[in-house]
Amino acid sequence: MPDFQRPKSLCDIPTHYCPGCTHGIVHRLVAEIIDELGIENNTVGVCPVGCSVMAYDYFACDMMEASHGRAPAVATGVKRALPDKVVFTYQGDGDLAAIGTAETVHAATRGENITIIFINNTTYGMTGGQMAPTTLPGQVTQTTPYGRNTDTEGFPVRVSEMLATLSGVALAERVAVYDPKSVANAKKAIRKGFDFQLKKQGFSIIEVLSTCPTNWGMTPVAALDRVKNELAAYYPLGVFKEGAVRNFNA
Amino acid sequence: MADTHEIKAVLAGFGGQGILFAGKLLAYFGLLDEKEVSWLPSYGPAMRGGTCNCSVTVSDKPVGSPLITEPNVLFVMNTPSYDKFIATVEAGGTAFIDETLVSAENIRGDIKSFFVPATALATEHGLKGAANIILLGKFLKEVPFTSKDTVRKALEKNTPAKKPQMFESNLKAFDIGYNFI
Amino acid sequence: MSERVLMKGNEALAEAAISAGCKCFFGYPITPQTEISAYLSKRLPKVGGVFLQAESEIAAINMVYGCAGTGTRCMTSSSSPGISLKSEGLSYIAGADLPCVVINVQRGGPGLGGIQPSQADYWQATRALGHGDFHVIVLAPSTVQEMADLVTRAFDLADEYRMPVMLLADGLLGQMMEPVVFKKREENGKSFDKSWAANGHGGKRKHNIINSLYLEATELEEKIHERFKRYDEIKAKHTMAESYMTDDADVIIAAYGSTARLARTAAEKARSLGIKAGVFRPITLYPFPVNELREATKTAKRVLVCEMSMGQMVDDVRLALECKIPVDFFGRTGGIIPKPEEILEKLKGV
Repeated sequence: MPDFQRPKSLCDIPTHYCPGCTHGIVHRLVAEIIDELGIENNTVGVCPVGCSVMAYDYFACDMMEASHGRAPAVATGVKRALPDKVVFTYQGDGDLAAIGTAETVHAATRGENITIIFINNTTYGMTGGQMAPTTLPGQVTQTTPYGRNTDTEGFPVRVSEMLATLSGVALAERVAVYDPKSVANAKKAIRKGFDFQLKKQGFSIIEVLSTCPTNWGMTPVAALDRVKNELAAYYPLGVFKEGAVRNFNA
Repeated sequence: MADTHEIKAVLAGFGGQGILFAGKLLAYFGLLDEKEVSWLPSYGPAMRGGTCNCSVTVSDKPVGSPLITEPNVLFVMNTPSYDKFIATVEAGGTAFIDETLVSAENIRGDIKSFFVPATALATEHGLKGAANIILLGKFLKEVPFTSKDTVRKALEKNTPAKKPQMFESNLKAFDIGYNFI
Repeated sequence: MSERVLMKGNEALAEAAISAGCKCFFGYPITPQTEISAYLSKRLPKVGGVFLQAESEIAAINMVYGCAGTGTRCMTSSSSPGISLKSEGLSYIAGADLPCVVINVQRGGPGLGGIQPSQADYWQATRALGHGDFHVIVLAPSTVQEMADLVTRAFDLADEYRMPVMLLADGLLGQMMEPVVFKKREENGKSFDKSWAANGHGGKRKHNIINSLYLEATELEEKIHERFKRYDEIKAKHTMAESYMTDDADVIIAAYGSTARLARTAAEKARSLGIKAGVFRPITLYPFPVNELREATKTAKRVLVCEMSMGQMVDDVRLALECKIPVDFFGRTGGIIPKPEEILEKLKGV
């Protein structure tokens, strides 16, 4: 059995992520898939504002940093200029489901041939744990000190289900990374997303239920339990849409 | 008669009468004659079925303002436009008026006004929609700043590929206006 | 094409952009610039380019960011309210040193304002297109011919200095038709270094990063200093202006864009009345042609600045002349085009 090694598509530098944060796992999954597909040379990644803002330092492929919420638009610009390159975005929930909702929905409905890795950890991690569009009812955050009250703060957004209604979407799937089995499953889903793109078959989004132990005020283990028991209860895992949309610009 | 070294025309009427097209043809005459020209439309919601107008300059000199506030030629195809613009015409200028559609109350003595029943003539000759070209024919008769050859070329250039028959009917309309007494 | 063709300013600009090598256009409809989108949607796909109508101005400028980041020549266009929406993206593009061309066919403001021609975005274009310490080159056409010529220049300047270049036009120039001659572009023109582009490293180099984030203040300061050095070079090498009848003039009308045309007519009328008037027309608004203005006003006793605004460029004229010559202002705003006669009246009073 080969040694457990850093994927080639991840740079050999320490990340800034907090201990117990699952960003590291998801970065690794994306990098492993880039390695397995042999596409590092032809890939451009886009990371907007959020905890993953500096992911441009971590992935070894060409990278762009985007402004808050605009990664799907930036990725559209890249993909339209270079239709044969592989383009992915790596976005958090505040970025994708609040400030960047319009860009997300329209990239999806255009069937933009890109892959979105969407990290849902129910909070704004980078700015210190404020309410996100995905924050669960009752969840205490810095800006919902009494718990999210759905009468005044509304309800969490189920992004994968919402995007699954759009004709341009080839894959909308929700996975989680709380134990080895779910991680293996997440990898399969991300791989599917890249496969759809390589076959020019439309927009793919993989929503990953993730932890934020620091802002949740939990140990890493308790945070993983919360993903499994609380997040997955509100955000069911599974495939919401799967199938080629069309031959995109073929 | 207007100074043929510098035509400063305002064309006005309802949207759909071909006002902008008539103006474009005027500009084309100048273009083909190697003169300086400009064409400026009214734009925006005014285009949607309301009144519409354009300013056309054909000159020997570079064009300053493309917006004409004191035309030496007025070309009008409805009463509101007549009422709006007739007072702006330079003394000594010329006005071409579609008599079928304009009821002109204020007739200026210091300009020359030509009344042509352009819309009625168009209907009579089976040239519906070409009243603008009939009026243009009269315009060129009275303000002869270009040649018949140029007119023919401009009409040719502005005939849509999908409607080649437009060329002959426009030429016919032009002649009707040109020969109208 | 080398014959004279009659075209709207917006369309001439669009056609010239294609011959300048613009491969991708991202836009959103807004009066009075929509002809640019309409024209490019017809033409770009036929020449192997990309036209995309974005969901918003914000998306459009960010598509430009992504596209420019791959080293591809690209453009977006809008009118005043839409440019405000693009300001976030423009700041990021400037911060990431990406070349692109942005068109503003100005209309009246603030707010939804009006749709008639205006020059009220001068301050925005030359001083505050977005947050942060940066400038973009601003070019101001005055004829349909210049709408075409300057867009070509804009693409070259953008690539040479890796920064956004804005063409600041207005509704009058966008909507009017005038004869235009499309100059044959030198096929083997300057080629620009794009080794910084994020377009897939092909295993041949370290990964490229397109980014405007610098968490170390010293690093950010250094980056901005480097950028301002480029601005200094542009100031030294690329300012443009046109002087008309200024050699012996007692009074100079300073005006840009559409207003300069009206100023010209006013100056000619003034000359016929025995007033020695001339016109100074900046073509680069940023950098402002300071030396050219000083040269043009050598004999002038007064300067009258004319704009379709309440007076914005007048600040730059005053700064350039350092109070050595009195500077007056005349403007119409809200979409009103000043009449040459009004300018002349003001001139007589100066």
